[in-house]
Amino acid sequence: MPWTTRLFGKHYTFFSIKEILAKASEEKSGDVFAKIAAESNEERIAAKRVLAELTLKELRENPVIPYEEDEVTRVIDDGLCKGVYNSISHMTVAEFREWLLSHGTAGEDIRRISVGLTAEMVSAVAKLMSNMDLVYAASKIRVVTKNRTEIGLPGTLSYRIQPNHPADSVEGILASVMEGLSYGSGDAVIGINPNEDTVENTIKLLNATYDFIMEWAIPTQNCVLSHVTTQMKAVEKGAKACMFFQSIAGSESCNKVFGVSASILDEALDLIKREGYAAGPNLMYFETGQGSELSLESHHGADMQTLEARTYGFGRRYMPFMVNNVSGFIGPETLYDGKQIIRASLEDHFMGKLIGLPMGMAPCYTNHVKVDQNDQENAIMLLAMAGANYYMGVPGSDDCMLSYQDTSYHDDATLRELLGLRPAPEFEKWLEDMGIMKDGKLTEIAGDPSLFSKITPPGRR
Amino acid sequence: MALFKDEQIESIVRKVIEELKGKEEKADIEMRSVENQVEKSTYNEETVEFSDISEYSLYEKVFIKEPIDEEYLIRLKSLTPARIALGRTGPRYLTIPWLRFRADHASAMDAVFSDVSDDFLDRMGLFTVKTVVRDKDEYLTRPDLGRILSEEAKEEIRKRCPLKPQVQVIVVDGLSSKAIEANVPDFLPALLEGLKAYDMEVGVPFFIKFGRVPVMDAVNEVIQADVVVELIGERPGLGTATSMSAYLCWRPKKGTVESDRSVVSNIHDKGMPPVEAGAHVASLVKKIYDNKGSGINVNL
Repeated sequence: MPWTTRLFGKHYTFFSIKEILAKASEEKSGDVFAKIAAESNEERIAAKRVLAELTLKELRENPVIPYEEDEVTRVIDDGLCKGVYNSISHMTVAEFREWLLSHGTAGEDIRRISVGLTAEMVSAVAKLMSNMDLVYAASKIRVVTKNRTEIGLPGTLSYRIQPNHPADSVEGILASVMEGLSYGSGDAVIGINPNEDTVENTIKLLNATYDFIMEWAIPTQNCVLSHVTTQMKAVEKGAKACMFFQSIAGSESCNKVFGVSASILDEALDLIKREGYAAGPNLMYFETGQGSELSLESHHGADMQTLEARTYGFGRRYMPFMVNNVSGFIGPETLYDGKQIIRASLEDHFMGKLIGLPMGMAPCYTNHVKVDQNDQENAIMLLAMAGANYYMGVPGSDDCMLSYQDTSYHDDATLRELLGLRPAPEFEKWLEDMGIMKDGKLTEIAGDPSLFSKITPPGRR
Repeated sequence: MALFKDEQIESIVRKVIEELKGKEEKADIEMRSVENQVEKSTYNEETVEFSDISEYSLYEKVFIKEPIDEEYLIRLKSLTPARIALGRTGPRYLTIPWLRFRADHASAMDAVFSDVSDDFLDRMGLFTVKTVVRDKDEYLTRPDLGRILSEEAKEEIRKRCPLKPQVQVIVVDGLSSKAIEANVPDFLPALLEGLKAYDMEVGVPFFIKFGRVPVMDAVNEVIQADVVVELIGERPGLGTATSMSAYLCWRPKKGTVESDRSVVSNIHDKGMPPVEAGAHVASLVKKIYDNKGSGINVNL
């Protein structure tokens, strides 16, 4: 049935919920590229106005890709907690927005209804929210997870050291790791994107990082971000891994291009539970970001933001330790400039947290987009206020292997200072023992990786 | 380098380098006399000169003041091009490494957002055609349009190029105009010399503005060459803004998929040097021609 409204006296008619969702999106080059975006600013607001009146029930019953056709839709709907859903399904999207922002609604209240939400509901409510709404609502929601150590606790902000090297040199990688640790980075994970996606290389990098963590008795975890099937083979051959990584998407066809499915990930989770080096219970690490489905021609005419929400719904099945959003990694055909990257990052952080995921953020940029370091720094300051669980730590912001820019060790330390946030508790204790941090502040010697040359590794004592 | 064991390739490389050297010396002398004139006429007063911050090596420079163990830091630096041993003031960057980072990003952006100059194309003897893309902005946001040739382009190609050559070479701006200007002058003579040595018949090379890799399919719908070689600017990184790729394909056409193409990437002075790369690509063209296949369809 078509939905219609008037705005400034002009009639607007929409023929599907998928169309309403797409047209209610804030402007993004990817949705324009897919020819599904609103054709005028007024049409965008008309679509939001209609969206505000839809009920959560209507959104569940009209997923942007039908249940019969798509595994992601099935994973989300089959995993829904029906009792909780029944208690909220009557709400309109407008009511839902106001409930989330209300003083009467605490973070715990939001966590309780998370399990009754589908991706389309989450995407819809974000479309009615301003940037500050997104920051404010997300700041209420804490999602704490545990692998070897625990991250996401209130008052903390954690980091992944991303010590990539163009030739996967172990020594070169460890040099970047030491620099990162000396700034207090690395409590979320020490995670390497390998240049060469092979089993041998994955084993080499997993063991080198795990052994380094043990030698220095660092309360953190390791990961090598090759394809999940490569990591599985590495672990089957005895590699020491704390978690499995995989990029995931919001449609079955896009996951297929990524070489994954629910059954492959089920198998992965089962394997890391049995063979991994961390107690958990959170043993998976996912990477996501608006635009993958579009750039891999598997978007089914749905908007980028809704597909991203579906990605989170899919990821929820695996109770991940961390989910990392990399909006900005693809390029200007999906997110045109700093404004769009910041908006997408705020939406994604909010949507992920609302669905119950431990969101970390990597608002990043490539060199063929009109974005620079200033836009990136704006984004991470806003996201830190919103309560992101963690960020990346890339030496000097320049990833010398992947050729893009992300959050630096310096940014990590600065954000903690700005907002009075601390590292994960066990990791902070380790930093104090190493002389890098005292009472939550960096010491004189912080930022000098040669401190590692003068200390006997505590793991060896 | 094992790649260049082939004696024939080596002799091509030597020959082209000698020829290019002769040209460069001549150009250098001309350039110097122009520079001198400019300096004299513009600056009457003494100038204060500062060093070029783009010149220090990322593998060497340590910025930490009074480090615990400088030797150790120098060793760490030598192990990775990552920006480590940067030092700090409070939690923020020191000024020079911060400006170096901005400089490298500025160079990368300029490589994307500038055009290959007409002057350069004249010197290379390349005529220009365009895809249906209108401007740089549309080029970046509509990757689908960068693969479609305009009607005028097809007309121009039909007019100026012999049809059905064994090899057709095209030069495409892609995501780095600087990469084209930096590498084509050395690469193209080496490639053409190499193809001549293999006795292969080569069509008239030309330049395509606002092109993406699959534009070769559209070109070959018109030209119908056996092998198409496409030189295209890669997306710049902070390490280098001038990296070029050569895509090779056996009879590309509408519907050709990426795995049907072969590629030699990382062509720049600090990666695979352009003269060697040109000679190497010539040998790959020969293999593709002999095997009637490229990409996953041939073992190169």
